[in-house]
Amino acid sequence: MAADTIFALSSGRPPAAVSIIRISGPRAHEAAKSIAGSLPEPRMAAVRELRHPDSGELLDKALVLRFDGPASSTGEDIVEFQCHGGRAVVDALLRALASIEGLREARPGEFTRRAFENGRIDLTEAEGLADLIEAETEGQRKAALAIAEGTLRKQVGAWRDRLLELTARAERAIDYDEDDEAIDPSLLRACEGLAEELQLWLDRPRVETLKDGVRVVVAGPPNAGKSSLINALSGSDRAIVTDIPGTTRDHIEVPLSVAGLPILLTDTAGLRATEDPVERIGVARASMLTEAADVLVWLGDPQSAPQHPRLIRVHAKADLSGRPVPSGSTPVSSVTGAGLQQLLEQVEASARSLLPAADAITVNRRQASLLEDAAFAMRRAGAAGELAIAAEELRHARVAFDRLTGAAGVEDVLDALFSRFCLGK
Amino acid sequence: MFDVLVIGAGHAGCEAAAAAARRGARVGLLTFRAEDAGQMSCNPSIGGVGKGHLVRELDVFDGLMARAADRAAIHRRMLNRSKGAAVWGPRVQADRKLYRAAIADLLAENHVELVLAEATELVFSGHRVTGVNTNVGMLASPAVVIATGTFLDGRLFLGEQVLEGGRRGERASVALAQQVREIGLGQGRLKTGTPPRLDGRTIDWSRLEEQPSDDEAWTMSALEDHPSPPQLRCAITRTNATTHDIISRNFDRSPLFAGAIEGRGPRYCPSIEDKVKRFSDRDAHQIFLEPEGLDDVLVYPNGISTSLPEDVQLAFVRSIEGLERVEVARPGYAVEYEFVDPRRLNATLEVREIPGLFLAGQINGTTGYEEAAAQGLVAGLNASARALGLDDVRFDRRTSYIGVMVDDLILQGVTEPYRMMTARAEYRLSLRADNATTRLGEAALAADCLSVVRRNHITDHFERRSRETWAETPEGRADATYAPYVARQQREWEVVQRDSCVWLPPDLRYSQIPGLSTEMVERLTAARPETLDQAGRIPGITPAALSAVYVAANRRAAA
Repeated sequence: MAADTIFALSSGRPPAAVSIIRISGPRAHEAAKSIAGSLPEPRMAAVRELRHPDSGELLDKALVLRFDGPASSTGEDIVEFQCHGGRAVVDALLRALASIEGLREARPGEFTRRAFENGRIDLTEAEGLADLIEAETEGQRKAALAIAEGTLRKQVGAWRDRLLELTARAERAIDYDEDDEAIDPSLLRACEGLAEELQLWLDRPRVETLKDGVRVVVAGPPNAGKSSLINALSGSDRAIVTDIPGTTRDHIEVPLSVAGLPILLTDTAGLRATEDPVERIGVARASMLTEAADVLVWLGDPQSAPQHPRLIRVHAKADLSGRPVPSGSTPVSSVTGAGLQQLLEQVEASARSLLPAADAITVNRRQASLLEDAAFAMRRAGAAGELAIAAEELRHARVAFDRLTGAAGVEDVLDALFSRFCLGK
Repeated sequence: MFDVLVIGAGHAGCEAAAAAARRGARVGLLTFRAEDAGQMSCNPSIGGVGKGHLVRELDVFDGLMARAADRAAIHRRMLNRSKGAAVWGPRVQADRKLYRAAIADLLAENHVELVLAEATELVFSGHRVTGVNTNVGMLASPAVVIATGTFLDGRLFLGEQVLEGGRRGERASVALAQQVREIGLGQGRLKTGTPPRLDGRTIDWSRLEEQPSDDEAWTMSALEDHPSPPQLRCAITRTNATTHDIISRNFDRSPLFAGAIEGRGPRYCPSIEDKVKRFSDRDAHQIFLEPEGLDDVLVYPNGISTSLPEDVQLAFVRSIEGLERVEVARPGYAVEYEFVDPRRLNATLEVREIPGLFLAGQINGTTGYEEAAAQGLVAGLNASARALGLDDVRFDRRTSYIGVMVDDLILQGVTEPYRMMTARAEYRLSLRADNATTRLGEAALAADCLSVVRRNHITDHFERRSRETWAETPEGRADATYAPYVARQQREWEVVQRDSCVWLPPDLRYSQIPGLSTEMVERLTAARPETLDQAGRIPGITPAALSAVYVAANRRAAA
């Protein structure tokens, strides 16, 4: 059964200077020909008049690119129209394509899915592309790009090579060592060392933090000035509100971009013991949010601030005279705007420590859980009492790595074994 | 008229013949000379890590090797004692003459008929094999096992000399090799080697480190049927800088480096000149001095197989501690031989396109007595099934090393001589040398190839396992040690099972699947995997290729 031929606007929403419409599938060439009259040679571009296949009406004059499967980004035949980016032009072209039999508009991610299914990219690259498409800020884009270009795959490859070497050492001792000695302690230490290195990676922020934003919770007793502060922060020049704030029953979330970092600013109900059942729910939720906060901005008495690894103490209403600024607190006035700049800088610094460096590679939950699996197995290998069990744990770690990107058969292990050791008696 | 004819009476051939006979077939075993049956042409030892596991598995099916090894054992070592029960490797040094005598007795007990003749040609009727032409006439048989080892167009290399033959002083099967090539089975050439044999009386044993036999008595076979011969000692010595110097000065006289040998040798059992060349940083290589028999002066120096000229062999051997005044009784040599691509075989070791034709042993690209014998068992059991209309006997890689080997061979093929290693078994912790009866007892009973003694032993074994006291036995304790890992593997296996359920149509045209590189297409086409799981185990198959195959198979199923 042949796949459908799909098409979509693959550049941003019009209006724009140029829009790109992509068609992929077995009928891509035929369909594009019915619109453009003729197609250029594969991998070449040519200017063509685009006409409606039925009416012959001129829709646009555009650059047409042709790629032949399987040497294309999806592995199928592809045609790209680079047309004028006006809304009317794009809509007309998409309608014209939809009118052709056997063509349908692509579902989200369908081009990537086809690239994966046709073996053009592997799973980690596919995930990176998906993240890239969703990326909103510069940091998100770079992280996604790094994965799409296979950086994660390379890092995993480097780990896997080391794991294979450890495996080779264990296997050599089992299959070739005549000297029946106890387990080599340096092998066990090396297993633990690799596990620790993986753990360092796992302790890094996940890509989800990049996507969802760093949750900055503003908390404190009622009337401490939380809502005013949030309004002042989201109104300041340095912060850009990236979406319409969501107001829930008991807290407000304002997505911000601060110096290119995704921030989710959250206002909580005042924290205090209360008899009112409705308010109590709000307070409970606030405590939860405080716990879930990546960064906690505390507006109350510095002494009663909750324990938090990234706590910023704010001396609010700094414009009211006669109140000394406690040491360690940042004086801020939502009325005059004084101190907002410093506070944003502090938030930015805290958030940055949670986000991967712009050029760092981040892992998502699926990848993290497999790496965790591998790290755990290697730690147990390091603690194994006999070599056969250590080798089994290493095998288990290899399985996790295989599931991450590629398959390491027994032959890979043997290759590692034979290239490093002189074996046989 | 035979039910099964076996060509070649080496370790594969003898097991094949005996196994077929145990299932009730009338079996003829073709060999050049009667005394060749059960000959150990290389090192005088049976078993080891991985190999010992194979011998124990063979034994469950009443194979010959374990019992013959016990009857001939003059030195025993359980390797890997400290590394975990799963990888213990029982190994014995065997007296060559006693071993041959034991095999001859066991063949006779199994009513195998020796036919002293050279097989010159297979006889076909259509695509089916119907017999074998020999120098003494045509022998009819609906099932034929080829177990010719290195004799298929074998060539011996000794320095600048090249001789025809599979073993020193013996003929090669040139005519049969020609036909194997004509019917398109020939794949290429492989190489193996053997060291010079030393006169033990000229070795200075007093200067060498001794390797005593194990104190604890254990046997290869689960059935202790004969008293064990007296135990000897082995010794260990090593090469040194002078040895390496002599060898490297003569690299140009080695057929290996001069280009005369085209076959690929095993990476794990390299010749001494190979070791010196490839691992030039090592200043010494271990040598195990293994006596060939109780009343035999010959000693096998394990670790220095070579094809260097005789004078060089003598010079380098005499540079080794304890061997300063040694006499070389017979020089070492390299053997190059023809092998068949085992990917042409079914899991029963029957050639896919030629019903009735089975291949076992070194001809399939393996090395080692144990590997050969285990294939002999598989081919013999199934050749009799073909002849007598019995059920096939298939081995699973989850429950036996035999299964691991057959699966590796028929799926992955070989690029170098295939030797069993425990690293090849992903279910290694379940596949222990001490639980072969537990793993394979039921299959052996079902194959209906057992003596009464064995049948009783297996039934008793299962009865003992069901008792509470089982936990106190060594096997019971090992079961407990590995139970959590075995359970985890069980879960992994269930995932594999899901992949196994994705059947790949036999007529799936890999060249038509988008996204597959030419290399992937070639590998998949050659291996013709039956399931997605099998495809995943073909070497070099990338996950991307696998997903493309998966999608293609699903599209076919949906169409």
